[in-house]
Amino acid sequence: MKSKRFLSGGTLEDRVFDTFNILFMLGLVVVMLYPFANTIAVSLNESLDTIRGGIGIWPRAFTLANFRTVLSRVEIYHAAIISVQRTVLSTLVGVLTALMVAYPLSRKDFVFKKPVSMMFLFTMYVSGGLIPVYFLMRSLGLLNNFWVYVIPGMTSAFNIMITRSYINQLPDSFVESAKIDGAGEFRILFTIIFPLVLPVLAVVALFIAVGNWNSWFDTFLFAPGRQELSTLQFELQKVLQAASQQITAPDFTRGGMQEGSAGIVTPTAIRATMTIVATLPVLFVYPFLQKYFVKGLTLGGVKG
Amino acid sequence: MNGSTSVVLSENKASGFEKASTFKTFKTFLKRLNVQKALVLMCAPFVLHILVFNYIPIWGWIMAFQEFRPHLGISGSEFVGFRQFTTLFQDDLFILVLRNTLAMSSLNLIFGFLSAILLAILLNELGNKIFKKLVQTISYLPYFVSWVVVANLVISSLSPSDGIINRVLLALGIIEESVLFMGVPEYFWGIIVASNIWKNVGWNSIIYLSAMSGIDPELYQAASIDGAGRLRRIWHITLPGIMPIVSVLLIMNLGWILNAGFEQQLLLSNPLNMRVSEVIDIYVLRYGISMGRFSLATAAGVFRSIVSIIMLLSANALAKRLGSDRII
Repeated sequence: MKSKRFLSGGTLEDRVFDTFNILFMLGLVVVMLYPFANTIAVSLNESLDTIRGGIGIWPRAFTLANFRTVLSRVEIYHAAIISVQRTVLSTLVGVLTALMVAYPLSRKDFVFKKPVSMMFLFTMYVSGGLIPVYFLMRSLGLLNNFWVYVIPGMTSAFNIMITRSYINQLPDSFVESAKIDGAGEFRILFTIIFPLVLPVLAVVALFIAVGNWNSWFDTFLFAPGRQELSTLQFELQKVLQAASQQITAPDFTRGGMQEGSAGIVTPTAIRATMTIVATLPVLFVYPFLQKYFVKGLTLGGVKG
Repeated sequence: MNGSTSVVLSENKASGFEKASTFKTFKTFLKRLNVQKALVLMCAPFVLHILVFNYIPIWGWIMAFQEFRPHLGISGSEFVGFRQFTTLFQDDLFILVLRNTLAMSSLNLIFGFLSAILLAILLNELGNKIFKKLVQTISYLPYFVSWVVVANLVISSLSPSDGIINRVLLALGIIEESVLFMGVPEYFWGIIVASNIWKNVGWNSIIYLSAMSGIDPELYQAASIDGAGRLRRIWHITLPGIMPIVSVLLIMNLGWILNAGFEQQLLLSNPLNMRVSEVIDIYVLRYGISMGRFSLATAAGVFRSIVSIIMLLSANALAKRLGSDRII
């Protein structure tokens, strides 16, 4: 009876189709969630016990020792702070940028509307490439510098375009009546437009925040030399690299055990625990804000 | 004679008018500029920003035609014409990474599209809205985690000692003993495509689902009154309904044919699979940053960008000819 609510009834074909569809979806859910669940279970399981194998989605010998070991390492703790700092700063700067470029471009009579739009659009399709960018960063003194995380990625043509499409949907009368009242453009933008475009700014903020939190390649390329600039994702990458290089060696799980504050912890457990630490913030944020993402994607579909 | 002078005269007249009107438009332009100076001021710093961070690197393409030495700079380095490009195409390793890039990006393109369309269709057929929403939300969870995390999950899942894939295959009796998936070059492209699908399929299906929600429900009702079953309705109504967006996205993605992504390859490569895992970006990284052959690496990057631009422009022209919206 219960499954009847799922099935729409009707012909035999409908029933067969619906049954297979629901089974497929359940399979999909398992495939999407199992790797996460398994990693969580390993991170909460005693690491020597994990070597025995067979951990599924539930820890067999529950412990917080892996987390204690990982979080007590100074470099991890410090990398987490850098990750948070770069994410917060980039998001603030990026949202402000999107707003301040999108507003002039949304005005139909703006003198440089065409050339400025073209300049930004062009950057979506053509980039200078790795080596010229590397030398640019070097000559600007941004190598091994915290600001390499914030300044180069400040403007994003995509974010500007979706913000502009959103402003374009607002009725012109808002701006017109404010002008009649004698308000300047900066005041119109920050007191009238800003509160009205908060939904799209939420989308932009989320894109930037997730992108920054997940980024590791910029550390790899521009700041590999300074441990104090390392991010969580980069630390995780280092652990992964070590595991990946040893993957062909037999018994690689046993190599390089670490004496943690709570006894011996294996590299496998460290890797699982760090994966969870680096993923948790995103996991927490995304179900609440997913509707904004979807909205952003549909806005992005609006041509620039 | 008479006729030709009158033509000249009228031409003079016309250019005179033009002059007057250009002057007039210039004047109104200045006037508008004065009125809008706050708007100009507002975006000027960011225009300057992209000039520095996006356009100066393009100017750096000059390096591809030089034997660039960092201490001499672009202005001091020797020009060598197309020598870097000839070296590039005589390098067996470059041909290899070009092949790898093309193979992985085409596989990603084909299977990425098919999987997203299939998922969107099946989600669209779910009757229960709450169940649909739940599955959809879970399906795009992996999109939001980093490639580093995904690479970790891939390596754990494929681990020969305790990975879920080996466990399932052993339990089903498909394999006799554990397989070292990451060590077999033949499996690498498949692993890349599968992990790409796993990470992106949910997210990519959103756009098709939103296109499906725009299909007139009366079409479905009319079809079922005519006796069309589920599969036939999908085939004759849903698929044609999303075809415009599919074709636009497909041509748009052709511009990225030399971008196979590089994070996953970089993160999942190991000494055993190097010959199939290296893509153009990794080549650039290796030759440029690690080995100091900056000009050769830049040439590889320039080649890639030029191909992308050509692909994009022809795709755009093609889209225009096919009557769908232009992309740019």
